[in-house]
Amino acid sequence: MIDREQVLHVARLARLELSDGEVTKISGELSNILEHIEKIGELDLDGVPPTTHVVEVPNALRSDVPRPCLPPEVALAQAPDVADGGFRVPSPTA
Amino acid sequence: MTDIIALTAAQAAAAVERGELDRRELFEAYRDRAAADELNAYLWVADEPPSANGGPLSGVPVAVKDLFCTEGVPSQAGSRILEGYRPPYTATVVRRLAQAGAPLLGKTNQDEFAMGSSNENSAYGPALNPWDRTRVPGGSSGGSAAAVAAGSAPWALGTDTGGSIRQPAALCGIVGLKPTYGAVSRFGMIAFASSLDQAGPLTRDVTDSALIFRHMVGHDDRDATSVAFPEEVVLPTAQRLDGIRLGLPDDLTGEGVEPGVMERFEATLAIARDLGASVERVSLPHADYGLSAYYVLAPAEASSNLARYDGVRYGLRREADDLLTMYTKTRHDGFGAEVKRRVLIGTYALSSGYYDAYYGRAQRVRTLIAEDFKAAFQRVDFVVTPTSPGVAFELGAKTGDPLAMYLNDYFTVPMPLAGIPAISIPCGLSEGLPVGFQLSSPAFSENRLLDAAYALEQAIGFDNSPARAAAGA
Repeated sequence: MIDREQVLHVARLARLELSDGEVTKISGELSNILEHIEKIGELDLDGVPPTTHVVEVPNALRSDVPRPCLPPEVALAQAPDVADGGFRVPSPTA
Repeated sequence: MTDIIALTAAQAAAAVERGELDRRELFEAYRDRAAADELNAYLWVADEPPSANGGPLSGVPVAVKDLFCTEGVPSQAGSRILEGYRPPYTATVVRRLAQAGAPLLGKTNQDEFAMGSSNENSAYGPALNPWDRTRVPGGSSGGSAAAVAAGSAPWALGTDTGGSIRQPAALCGIVGLKPTYGAVSRFGMIAFASSLDQAGPLTRDVTDSALIFRHMVGHDDRDATSVAFPEEVVLPTAQRLDGIRLGLPDDLTGEGVEPGVMERFEATLAIARDLGASVERVSLPHADYGLSAYYVLAPAEASSNLARYDGVRYGLRREADDLLTMYTKTRHDGFGAEVKRRVLIGTYALSSGYYDAYYGRAQRVRTLIAEDFKAAFQRVDFVVTPTSPGVAFELGAKTGDPLAMYLNDYFTVPMPLAGIPAISIPCGLSEGLPVGFQLSSPAFSENRLLDAAYALEQAIGFDNSPARAAAGA
């Protein structure tokens, strides 16, 4: 079960605004989904190592040599707001 | 000239090589059909082919799921938050195919950020199933499947995280291959769940699948998880399945599966036996936990991957007086309901106090599922199941119940969790709608997988034309 307060807490962590209606709807939906997910709590997992990568590959290393990257004007071309060769955003402390 | 659209991709390529078909004529035939598409399968269609398109794929154009970055061409991953985004670079796999002679035909509709099993989570409206336009094409690669099934693309690229190539292929009566994790570069694929995402082809038949897959594989310096494919991908030739052992999961009893789907599945097993295969039960004791583990791991990775959509560097921005409000409003307006759900589940599963119980346990379950498959493949060559528990459902039938929608993925999530390849081939109709038969095999055994799928395909003799089915009905 996940209540409104928990939904709002998680939404804050996820940088996601939710309307009042969304909070109500989502807390019900998440509770159902979490109930299903909690099935993995049934298993005895002592001594089972976690899988972080499914295919065994050696560490991927390459030489640290400079190579061309996107020119600044290309990297900035899709930005909603730019200034002085950078991405412009509102103040963090308005 | 024969009907261009009736040719498979391999046949079209051969006709070009024999000088019987002009590359431009081929491109234009498909371009016109894609531009006239009534299934909402396309979000963007190319005007002209690039000038240089020699190469072994002979100019046979490819439709590409929206989430593959294509330079200068809208690449929105079916999301409002990327509306109008035109990337400054092209995904490695799309570039490789273009170099091999398969130019970009268009960008196909999909569930937003590949999250969904019906294409109804697209911000640009659902794609429709060409077998019945009141029904979903499946998802998340629903536009790619609909385009290939309707003959508005010779073949298409999709991505599969928990079934997003195989399930829409099944629901649209075509072939969908999810390769081994790492076989195809993920560079330029807009990420959903990075440890699971894999690009693969949706095609009219198994030969086309092998032909395009051959030009997709390979290590890429820009994707450290990609690996060199250990052998050449060859075109399938098998006519028989003598000595092949098919493994039937022992918990597959038909419960939770539509009777018509189970009937087609069992009829296909009978065909396999006629071809010389044996069928035996195998134990995959943890497969039943696959869905639960998947719906922890995939949302957890998604919540991290989707943190980048913040209104700063590209895509949608909602203006606000302070930075935090700009982020939260942009993400509220830019993400659809399913994406919000998964971001919240994932953030919850990774949050302090819950990490071990959810993410940590799910990663351990993943190990058990991979071990189950390893043990099964000691005894059998392929594990087989229906691809989807049901045929294409009606639009809106499951949108009110996210968990019911997730259950569509029951048979398709274990393979990406184990990193192994799997293919769905059409095996007949139930209630006039296509049914998919899924085979999976050990990592990097795609050649054997395609060969077995080919032998079955020849013996099944499925007619993949919705138009002919409608005319005959």
